[in-house]
Amino acid sequence: MSNQMSNRMSNQTIICRCEDVTLEEIQNLIAEGLTTIDEIKRLSRCGMGPCQGRNCRPLLMNELARATGQDVREMKMPAFRPPTKPIKLGILLGQAGREENCQERADRGEGS
Amino acid sequence: MICVQRTEIAIVGAGPAGLSAAASAASAGAAVTLLDRQEQCGGQLIKQTHAFFGSEKQYASVRGIDIARLLTEQVRALPNVEILNEATVLGYYQDDGVLAFEKDDRFQKIKPERLIIATGASERTLAFPNNDLPGIYGAGAVQTLMNVYGVVPGRRVLMVGAGNIGLIVSYQLLQAGVEVAAIIEAAPKIGGYLVHAAKVRRMGVPILTSWTIKMAHGQDAVEGATIWQLDEKWQPVPGTERELEVDVICIAVGLSPLAELLWQAGCAMKYVPELGGHVPVRSELMETTVPGIYVAGDVAGVEEASSAMVEGRLAGLAAAQSLGYGLTDAAGLIEEAQRQLESLRCGPVGEKIRRGLAQVGR
Repeated sequence: MSNQMSNRMSNQTIICRCEDVTLEEIQNLIAEGLTTIDEIKRLSRCGMGPCQGRNCRPLLMNELARATGQDVREMKMPAFRPPTKPIKLGILLGQAGREENCQERADRGEGS
Repeated sequence: MICVQRTEIAIVGAGPAGLSAAASAASAGAAVTLLDRQEQCGGQLIKQTHAFFGSEKQYASVRGIDIARLLTEQVRALPNVEILNEATVLGYYQDDGVLAFEKDDRFQKIKPERLIIATGASERTLAFPNNDLPGIYGAGAVQTLMNVYGVVPGRRVLMVGAGNIGLIVSYQLLQAGVEVAAIIEAAPKIGGYLVHAAKVRRMGVPILTSWTIKMAHGQDAVEGATIWQLDEKWQPVPGTERELEVDVICIAVGLSPLAELLWQAGCAMKYVPELGGHVPVRSELMETTVPGIYVAGDVAGVEEASSAMVEGRLAGLAAAQSLGYGLTDAAGLIEEAQRQLESLRCGPVGEKIRRGLAQVGR
């Protein structure tokens, strides 16, 4: 709670909301000499959360363009790998976790 | 053990583009598997309670939600289409030509002979201080909340963006009894149709062009916003700040194509701002640079549902034809679809789209 309060006081701008990466953190990394989406992603986890960069990538590209003078059209994109969204290990394995999933579905059915 | 299903044409996404592709490909005789992550087909049409413009061929004056129903019924009536709802595509494996998806809590695979990607687009966000406060939504998300789930987002809204989505959602907020404090637009001109803009203006909502959001305020949720004016170089002008008391901030600053699967498949991509971001290079038949992979709708360039439907029809016909299926009039149907696209994109409204499309021809 107190952490949240101080966040508010500092008026942070969030670039990656999945991984809570701020504009300030991105600007610091660029100031250290990083110039690509991939480098920034690896050091800050920007774009590595559940949405896989769908929300933050355009914002990060704009900031890189603004700070380094790169043309967004020429910017090197990171690799896009499956899966496109988070998936439970149980589903990937095809066995474990089935009971729980059935329970979740039953819960959803009651709710709607 | 995971077995690989087979199909002639797999279509990812059952929005206006995907449904139209399924209808045309299956009508030509191809076996089609249509995958969509939602429990019902229609994509974003299911929340569009307003009537469409355009020509009769693209359901002008029919409400989006009814178009979704009509298209879905049309596809359901075709025996050679398998519809997989609640099936989320997780990836495309280029080497094997296999599409992986999650359905019924199972990891499944399908190997299609042709693939049509119609995944649509996602909402863009904005970077400003406190942009993570609860109460800040994408305008499309608000439309879903209200029109699909019957939930109003709050009492008083600042709409950021005066394109068609910003204007239409503002009107629908007013219809739901929510106050709209203002619509602000960074560009010097309103982006959406003036008929929509006039409607919200008549209801007393100011539309401020060359204005943007400076920051949001609030302790645990949005309590207000500071907006400021932009000069002709799009730079904010200090001293022009205005405070608005709002509990919702709606971001309607455009869409980005959902192109992950195209990147995974190795399709040549190009960044085209006029089309919303990275889009695939494609032929006039909507085939990407990877033979057998076609695109349709917003993933090929952010446009409108009407052109998405025609592109879908075109991609479906082309994919079926490449498999040897052909209605006797296939060439005529393809020509007709291309003519319709041309007419949808003609005039000053389509200028930006035409400029974008000129960059992605194969």
